[in-house]
Amino acid sequence: MAEISGKKTLFEKIWDAHFVAERLDGREIIYMDRTMVHELHGPKAFEKLRKAGRRVRRPDLTFAVQDHTIATRRGRDDTTNPEGTPFLRAQRAGAVEFGFRIFDVDDPEQGISHVIGPELGMVLPGATHCVPDSHAATVGALGALSFGCGTTELEHVLATQVLAMKRPKTMRIRLEGRLGRHVTAKDVALHIIGTLGVSGANGHAVEYAGPVVEAMGIEARMTLCNLTVEMGGRTGFVAPDETAFAWLEGRPFAPIGEDWARALETWRMLRSDEDAVFDADIVIDCSDLAPQVTWGTNPGQVTGVGGLVPATQGDEALDKALGYMDISPGARLEGLKVDRVFIGSCTNGRIPDLEEAAAIVRGRKVAQGVIAMISPGSTIVKREAEALGLDRVFIEAGFEWAESACSMCAGGNGDRGRPGERVVSTTNRNFEGRQGPGVRTHLVSPAMAAAAAVTGVITDVRKLEEA
Amino acid sequence: MRAFTATTGAAVPLLEDDINTDAISPIQLARSLKPDYRRMLFMRTRWQADGTPDPAHVLNQPHFADPAILVTGENFGCGSSREAAVWALQANGFSCLVAKSFNDQFRENCLQNGVLAITLPEALYAELVARVVAANGAPFTADLRTQTISGPGGEPIAFAVPEAERLVLLEGLDDIGLTVRHMAQIEAWEARMAESAPWLQSAVDRRG
Repeated sequence: MAEISGKKTLFEKIWDAHFVAERLDGREIIYMDRTMVHELHGPKAFEKLRKAGRRVRRPDLTFAVQDHTIATRRGRDDTTNPEGTPFLRAQRAGAVEFGFRIFDVDDPEQGISHVIGPELGMVLPGATHCVPDSHAATVGALGALSFGCGTTELEHVLATQVLAMKRPKTMRIRLEGRLGRHVTAKDVALHIIGTLGVSGANGHAVEYAGPVVEAMGIEARMTLCNLTVEMGGRTGFVAPDETAFAWLEGRPFAPIGEDWARALETWRMLRSDEDAVFDADIVIDCSDLAPQVTWGTNPGQVTGVGGLVPATQGDEALDKALGYMDISPGARLEGLKVDRVFIGSCTNGRIPDLEEAAAIVRGRKVAQGVIAMISPGSTIVKREAEALGLDRVFIEAGFEWAESACSMCAGGNGDRGRPGERVVSTTNRNFEGRQGPGVRTHLVSPAMAAAAAVTGVITDVRKLEEA
Repeated sequence: MRAFTATTGAAVPLLEDDINTDAISPIQLARSLKPDYRRMLFMRTRWQADGTPDPAHVLNQPHFADPAILVTGENFGCGSSREAAVWALQANGFSCLVAKSFNDQFRENCLQNGVLAITLPEALYAELVARVVAANGAPFTADLRTQTISGPGGEPIAFAVPEAERLVLLEGLDDIGLTVRHMAQIEAWEARMAESAPWLQSAVDRRG
């Protein structure tokens, strides 16, 4: 690592340590320690490489996943979701041709890139990551800087192992107070987006700090970092601490022996300096936070579950959003009838998420008329959940226990709602049509999704007694 | 990379904020390795259930049949980082976008494809919007050489673009080529890191 001194934010320390050179167009060449490629965008980048006669420069630092177009049905293969078939096959062919490891359809470690990267220990504190996906920042929970990118930028990083970037501005969000019962990282993240707005962090690297973050487990921090892009943040992260190091130790790709000891020594210095100055420094008190529910068509249109949908007062955009959602201005969210529930995704598809949901579902049944589905964030998560007996809880309640994929989050694998359905979902985007044409999405935490599944309506999970 | 010098054509007002890339280029039509980018653009709102154009959509109005410039609101291109959003705009003739603000990643994707993405000071933005609405499809020209947008209803409107970006766009410089010039420095960085933080320069599955 480069020498760390002076008044620097953690972002600047990691960025500067990965700075290679300045290009003639003023962009900074930043080294990417790992690249994760998914099959929705990989094949197009491979095609560009072929056309230009380029190779993948560091196949040893590059990994491929199959997550966006892969089906969730049991016994799935390349053809279960026919629209995904060309992507899955082109991704596999690219991995073979360019020589990097792929976590393929039938791999026991298949899963969503943002879930398996940390799970396998590929993500390390102080490291940089690049994924052609806007939710790349998920893995910032371990103190890494992870950048989403487009397809042309993906070609760039595959060919060179660097990105040519403009330095983002810095933002710190200090989360004060203590979270109440059934209030989770998802609720905190949605509340932040609701407060700052959907472009509130545009162009910023966001460091989450404060007692609420320090008290969170790593999976919860992933949920928090995951949603950074929903307010335009370039990346989001948490300074790595002993919780992060303990979580990481012993994972397959994590350093071992003397390397681990040396790495720990370096990682313990990864903090923003006390007197470092951020371009934006924000404090949010989370003590009185209620479980959040989105009511509109972007993640910033959100309120506590007991709250009311705003009166639109002639605001065309709000009228349009509420028209799409089929909710009256000024209406209550609690009690709205639900058609479908989805639990999973890179936002909320890890073991603690499934445990939170299972705690609510245990001993209850999915309400009549509700279709409820769980797709774990990775095949490893799925196996662990089964070892914990969580699958039985969900299956006995009437949930579908599906294979791991992006599934209903991206709507790219055939899993989607029907037009007009109201879907309560643990995912990250409630955009018009995101979960299928005409589908009305409400974003919530896993516990809130479970509460909606068993009651058939949007419900304050705190009012349900845990069985 | 595709160069951008100037473009002339209808300037289309799409005056909403927070238009996301799912709306611009829905994944439902991206599920082909060679999708129809022309049809993909604003697919959910542009076409009716039977596949015919929805006459109410601004892009289906006859006077906007030959578009070149899109004028839109705040935070254009938010959401997914998918580059298809840019390709879909290009496939329909747009190579210049004027917005109150852009999502950062989307703007990067524009630059990668030779699409000029401009923001203007508030008063000039308001003037442009008024002129574009009044022009009703009469052509405007965005010229990066003179850094002006000209068209009916007034004097040319000056816009600013960082000088380095302007050169990259005008020359259509190969982005990877610009980086490859620094390959010796990249290699030196790797060699240094292999010493000081070897765990970053190797990603080995310890299970063998």
